[in-house]
Amino acid sequence: MGSKPRIATVSLAGCFGCHMSVLDIDERILTLAELVEFDRSPINDYKEFQDRCAVGIVEGGCCNEENVEVLEQFRKHCDVLISLGDCAINGGIPAMRNNIPLRECLEEAYLKSPGVYNPLNVIPNDKEIPLLLNRVYPCHEVVKIDLFIPGCPPPADAIWAHLVSLLSGKPVEPDYKNLKYD
Amino acid sequence: MNRVTFTIDGKEVKAIRGQTILKAADAAGVFIPRLCAYRDLTPNGSCRVCSVRVNGRIQAACVQTVAEGAIVENETPELLEYRRNIVDMLFVEGNHFCMFCEKSGFCELQALAYRFGIKAPRYPFLYPKRDLDMSHPHVFLDHNRCILCGRCVRASQDMDGKNVFQFVERGGRKRLQVNGDSLSETDLKATDEAVSVCPVGALMKKRVGYEVPVGRRRYDEKPIGDDIEMKGEK
Amino acid sequence: MKQGTAQVTAEICKKFGNDRTRLMDIAIAVQDRFGCVSHEAMEEIARQVRSHRVEVESLVSFYAFLSVKPQGKVVIRLCSDIVDWMKGYKDVAEAMARELGITMGETTPDGAITLTHTPCIGMSDQAPAALVNSVVVTHLTPERGRQLVRDLRRHLDPQQLVTMVGDGNNEHPLVRAMVRNNIRMRGPVHFADFEPGSALRKAVEMTPADVIRTIKDSRLRGRGGAGFPAGLKWEMAANAPGEKRYVLCNADEGEPGTFKDRVLLTECADQLMEGMTIAGYAVGSDTGIIYLRGEYRYLLPYLQSVVEGRRRQGYLGRDILGRKGLHFDIRIQLGAGAYICGEETALISSCEGLRGDPKNRPPFPPQEGYLGCPTIVNNVETLCCVSRILLEGSDWFASMGSSRTTGTKVLSISGDCRKPGVYEVPFGITARELIEMTEAENAGTMLIGGPCRQMIGPDRLEGRICYDDLATGGAIIIFNRARNRLEIAEHYLDFFIEESCGYCTPCRVGLTLLKNQVHKVIDGAGEPADLVEMRDLSNFIINTSRCGLGQAAPNPVLGALEIGDLSSGFVAERKPGLLPGFDLSKAVIDAELRVGRQSKYV
Repeated sequence: MGSKPRIATVSLAGCFGCHMSVLDIDERILTLAELVEFDRSPINDYKEFQDRCAVGIVEGGCCNEENVEVLEQFRKHCDVLISLGDCAINGGIPAMRNNIPLRECLEEAYLKSPGVYNPLNVIPNDKEIPLLLNRVYPCHEVVKIDLFIPGCPPPADAIWAHLVSLLSGKPVEPDYKNLKYD
Repeated sequence: MNRVTFTIDGKEVKAIRGQTILKAADAAGVFIPRLCAYRDLTPNGSCRVCSVRVNGRIQAACVQTVAEGAIVENETPELLEYRRNIVDMLFVEGNHFCMFCEKSGFCELQALAYRFGIKAPRYPFLYPKRDLDMSHPHVFLDHNRCILCGRCVRASQDMDGKNVFQFVERGGRKRLQVNGDSLSETDLKATDEAVSVCPVGALMKKRVGYEVPVGRRRYDEKPIGDDIEMKGEK
Repeated sequence: MKQGTAQVTAEICKKFGNDRTRLMDIAIAVQDRFGCVSHEAMEEIARQVRSHRVEVESLVSFYAFLSVKPQGKVVIRLCSDIVDWMKGYKDVAEAMARELGITMGETTPDGAITLTHTPCIGMSDQAPAALVNSVVVTHLTPERGRQLVRDLRRHLDPQQLVTMVGDGNNEHPLVRAMVRNNIRMRGPVHFADFEPGSALRKAVEMTPADVIRTIKDSRLRGRGGAGFPAGLKWEMAANAPGEKRYVLCNADEGEPGTFKDRVLLTECADQLMEGMTIAGYAVGSDTGIIYLRGEYRYLLPYLQSVVEGRRRQGYLGRDILGRKGLHFDIRIQLGAGAYICGEETALISSCEGLRGDPKNRPPFPPQEGYLGCPTIVNNVETLCCVSRILLEGSDWFASMGSSRTTGTKVLSISGDCRKPGVYEVPFGITARELIEMTEAENAGTMLIGGPCRQMIGPDRLEGRICYDDLATGGAIIIFNRARNRLEIAEHYLDFFIEESCGYCTPCRVGLTLLKNQVHKVIDGAGEPADLVEMRDLSNFIINTSRCGLGQAAPNPVLGALEIGDLSSGFVAERKPGLLPGFDLSKAVIDAELRVGRQSKYV
């Protein structure tokens, strides 16, 4: 452990594509591993925070009650919180349900849509399944977010540039080619 | 005396009397961002992205004509912020999902956001409920992406000699309407200028999306306005 | 039946000469006849006036009193202005909705009655009030609301609701309205006797240029609120090149809390029309249009009779006062429920049979206005002043008021005061004097000139009503100290959002975002940064909006912020964690109701 800055990451209502893009920094991941320690993250599968973190990276929008809890935890444990990717920033594809009432969404998904096999005609309601929110929220509408890296997924170079400047305490340089929403 | 001289951010610009500030700036290689203005279409002055200060007063450069000795401010911190606000507002007003939009890479709204370095809008999203009209065999109209710039309205009238589009309702309910119950009932053709002038992915030809690979699209490498600024550097 | 709609619609179009520019009149007539302007009717109108259905729909969908979908035979429009709220709007609305068995915005299943609400109808001194079709009912209570519904159910005849009539010309057989004038202070310009024709006779003895000179010398400034020098406007129009010129009277007072033009139209119609005729003589125009707001439709038959009377007397029409070649006539253009049409270029659009979208300026109306011709647009009160100035002289007029604002001002005062009504006062009067005159107790906030102008707190009561200090179009609304200023601001934002034409981005989108921000603070979820954001957003909207509506709409917010007092109780620094604007319990309520269990995180 020791004095290396710690990084936590999580994927909420996302597709893990942004995490894939983190891995896409290729051999630089070795440098990253030397520079930082991974705290709670799918990379090491820690489910709880181990220690205070310098950076928290959130992929995906906030779509259910558990996501809210996770975001709150990230905000509490991280000095700098980053929204990574379009879903975290604007809800992305999951947010296409945002102008449809939740009830209609559930009925469409579990009861009505073609190809659904649901002989009991029930909408799942196990208490282990987190309750959905009325809509998908961008993360910054739930907790304060310090930095945004858009893209679907964000270019690996953009992620790298942000991490390097954060770790070296320098401001992030604008980079036209690596600012993309798709 | 058919020519006038004025300045934009201190740079002397010569223009023809009666010309709009936007046109004069374009000719002089100074880029003033815009969305609703398009080439020779009658300017609207509706999006307000081209807001500049003229002798201290904020005006839309697309409708304001040049005046001798006018002092035009274009790239001040205040105006850059205002333009950013407008682009942000257009993003949160509609449902703009760039990740699957056929227009991505060619979209002028997106390109302006790139140029302004916007990483996330500063306002909460409104996520309105809007319709999609797929009735026409060759063109679709996705209201989710419409920014109410009125280019199609004017192009249909002025360039196509038709009247396919018009705005209905008012305020936040204002929306684009077609001359019929749906797009297929109108005399719109896929080759109409009204389709090609759409700055966003609201009006698009069917079956031609994603033709250009990522990396080679219009705004992938060069920011919007680059072509105009190149003229200025020559 | 189907052919019936088309046939009747075609006949209506023919009545207006199949004239594209008379689309407002055509649409209003079709709405009257069928309770809506259906797609079928729009097709027919488009065919007759050589337009397109979507063009007609563009207009119809813009105006609140026109509708594509069928409405009840009787439409009750309850006035939802803030003053009506203060006087019990909510209880009246609930009582009427319950009696009708419908909710606000709905029509009874038998298609008989629609209940809806509408912004200020110019009755703030007798609120709560409503329009039943075009009949005005005032001083509503829940019980009277219920009774009104029961009566309507029986006869479906709004005119029968008028069981007693108001004072003055409200008693006139062509008006017969229960509206009261409530003239509390009669000044020398508007409420002194006026002999029809007297001012016109004086005018035509002078040259047109001398008439303009007289108006300039009087230093008369526009009474609508902007205060543009009337003589200068006339001179610009007179000098602008063009064959034809127009004189438009803005009788579309829609600023919440304004009702003085309603009283002037009721009591000073001759003086007004004479002012228009004088203006026509001065600028070389033979055509005047009074743009009468749809809310004042009950005055239309009366005003039309005044026009006809003046024609008979030789004050309107051809060869006025027997002078060869001196022609001037007036038509009355009815509006249909759009505040923005009080903006002069939007008013012109509406008269031309278009949506009430303001036009790009320049060119200004005196250069290119109605149908592209030089046009002057003057407020009702301004034109009434013109007649009096011609009678009494510019010196007499200029001797009243304050140094740079001459004459008197007709104010409509309402809100938390004992004596709401119309006051004609000399310019220069202080806000404190108004409070004393109206017997307002414990006044905490005043709106000077309605929401589009200035909100002042108790520290500004020494301010003077004039164009250099407290400028006003005439709407003064008084709020007592118990009223929450941000809630006042939010109420007016709702109004401006509804009335925005939607043309430009800052107004169309920005006002909704601003309202959400204000609401968040009222909701107790505000942080100090929100107040900064509110101010920035307000200034942005003011600076970048295309017309006066957007440039004024954030004023109540800025006023509330400036008067202060908001940080305590409204906003607080928050601990890190969930943002105060995010409410988990509200966000999961739909799911909780769906699955029947509570969130373990709430």
